[in-house]
Amino acid sequence: MQRFLWDSIKQPVRVALLCVAGLVVSLQPAFAEFKVGLVLDRGGKDDKSFNSSAYEGATEAKKKLGIFLKYVEATDDNAYESQLRAFAQRDFDLIIGIGFAQKEAIKKIAAQFPQKHFAIVDAQVDAPNVRSLMFEEHEGAYLIGAIAAMTSKTGKIGFVGGMDIPLIRRFAMGYEAGAKKINPQVTIVANYVGVTSEAWNNPPKGKELAMTQYDGGVDVIFAAAGASGLGVFDAAEERKKFAIGVDANQDWTKPGLILTSMLKRVDEAVRSTIEEAQAAKFTGGVKRFGLANKGIDYSFDQYNASVLTEAVRKRADELKAEIIAGTITVPDYYKKQ
Amino acid sequence: MRKILQPILAVVLGLTLGLGVTWIAGESPWHVLRILGRGAFGSSYDFGMTLFYATPLIFTGLSVAVAFHAGLFNIGAEGQLTLGALAAAAVGALWPGLPAPLAPVLAGVAAIVAGTCWGAIPGWLRARRGSHEVINTIMLNFVAAGLASYVALYLLKNPDSQNPETRPMGAGYLIHQFGFFGGAPVSAALPLAVGTAFLIWMLLWKTALGFEIRAVGQSESAARVAGIDTGKIRILAMAIAGGLAGLVGIGEVLGNAGKFRLGFSPDYGFLGIAVALLGRNQPLGVVAAALLFGALHKGTADLDMETEHVTRELSLVLQALIILSVSAEGLWSWMKKRGQT
Repeated sequence: MQRFLWDSIKQPVRVALLCVAGLVVSLQPAFAEFKVGLVLDRGGKDDKSFNSSAYEGATEAKKKLGIFLKYVEATDDNAYESQLRAFAQRDFDLIIGIGFAQKEAIKKIAAQFPQKHFAIVDAQVDAPNVRSLMFEEHEGAYLIGAIAAMTSKTGKIGFVGGMDIPLIRRFAMGYEAGAKKINPQVTIVANYVGVTSEAWNNPPKGKELAMTQYDGGVDVIFAAAGASGLGVFDAAEERKKFAIGVDANQDWTKPGLILTSMLKRVDEAVRSTIEEAQAAKFTGGVKRFGLANKGIDYSFDQYNASVLTEAVRKRADELKAEIIAGTITVPDYYKKQ
Repeated sequence: MRKILQPILAVVLGLTLGLGVTWIAGESPWHVLRILGRGAFGSSYDFGMTLFYATPLIFTGLSVAVAFHAGLFNIGAEGQLTLGALAAAAVGALWPGLPAPLAPVLAGVAAIVAGTCWGAIPGWLRARRGSHEVINTIMLNFVAAGLASYVALYLLKNPDSQNPETRPMGAGYLIHQFGFFGGAPVSAALPLAVGTAFLIWMLLWKTALGFEIRAVGQSESAARVAGIDTGKIRILAMAIAGGLAGLVGIGEVLGNAGKFRLGFSPDYGFLGIAVALLGRNQPLGVVAAALLFGALHKGTADLDMETEHVTRELSLVLQALIILSVSAEGLWSWMKKRGQT
């Protein structure tokens, strides 16, 4: 049958068809897949928070765009540089570093490989081939503070930060401002898990801090502590009080106890960067994600629908609109210094 | 001959076991072995990173070996190297303006002194108070970690960074990096490490002090009867061990980062135990074993990148299996020795 069809085509047409087929085959390498390398923080792919979010964004891009994706997790602080370099030396087109700890490594490698494209989350590297993905965490924390103050019955709300660094202080400051906006008399108890990168991955300490806060009368805790936040959620379950998640949507981890999550759409930032780079529209410079472009938001889904009341959401959305419009200025720890 | 053959057999066994695990995980062992080799020695940069990781392991391996010759088990190299690096960085952060020849020497001496002190403490406790050095060195590791966090985060914090690290030291402190290795941070610390290994060999086998150290290690009572002040020797041995571990700070701080970064060491101090064990506590063996572990550290990092199933965790399993088979070999000969006596 096929043989018959082929034979029925006239000779010149056959030659032309073969030529086209040959051309398609020979052009194949030009359409080689776009390769993305992802260097995760020491927290690793499964922290259910920051790194997980980045990994999900990249995986989504892989599914949607058919790119080639390879991720690695750093074993020590000297490994960032050699992993970034390994990606750059191979035929990877876009290399993304997750977390501020890679700032210096990205700066160095990007300068050595000016023809490659790089992106970094949570740090600013000024180079034409590096895109810095920065988030306006204080805006989201402000909404979370307001939601916590509106939901709290005791007038005491808590904050458990991971590592005590300016980034997390920025969360705390926005949180406090948002809560004070709703209830100027609100008491805020803030604790930090630690001062080293271990603090991102210490659920028992997170739980211990949360238990102490709950027992002191706090009834809502915002955990901005990476994997240590999972300990805060355990404490919430034991004391039957509320906790608030961070970075990824964590409402599903303890349905009905996670009041909401402050979404930091690292996934979105990573995905859109990959998409633009693949479409040859990569640009360097700082790209900011805030409430206005939905890079920062709070979560509402079937897992917290029963606890996050409509009145609270309505007020939070009003505040959101006011921040976007510029009528409310959220204090920014970075600018205070 | 058997002295050389047995460690090599142990490595081969460990590597075979490790490759078996990767095979179960779904990778071709031959492919894994090739990536390991290429990752560690494939280019001048890769080889440079292998040497970079091997350098601190030479120091910690020697540290454990010297203590071992005095019959002491130094598990505190991690704490000693932490304080050594911290001291070097502190000198650089406090007096950033010092000029080149003086500055690195001063910082290097600070690293050695800090490590020496941190090693001498458990040595003194063992010799004069009879409390076991294994417990004390482990506990001093925690004290060192706490002290380092405090100094790095409260006294000398780098205001320009979110990373937990000290202020960068002045340019005069940085020691020469070899250009040959394509940007890998191989510095003058490497020849220093090899030279130190030679000096330790001289010390142990060509000096009276070395003889006394080995005498105490082989039989304390015999050494005491022979008129050796065993307490003093033990303190000295631990002090030397501490100083050797403290030297790690030179490569890391002066030759690489230019500051003290909390958590910079991927357990160099503990890997040093395996290095000393595999190197049979001989300085030359320690250098060879450190090179092997450096190659493994660099090679396994590339496995994560180059294979589908071997992740960071499986790389650690691979390293652990080699360490296990090495120590099992040590255990085996120890049991045999016990059986004889």
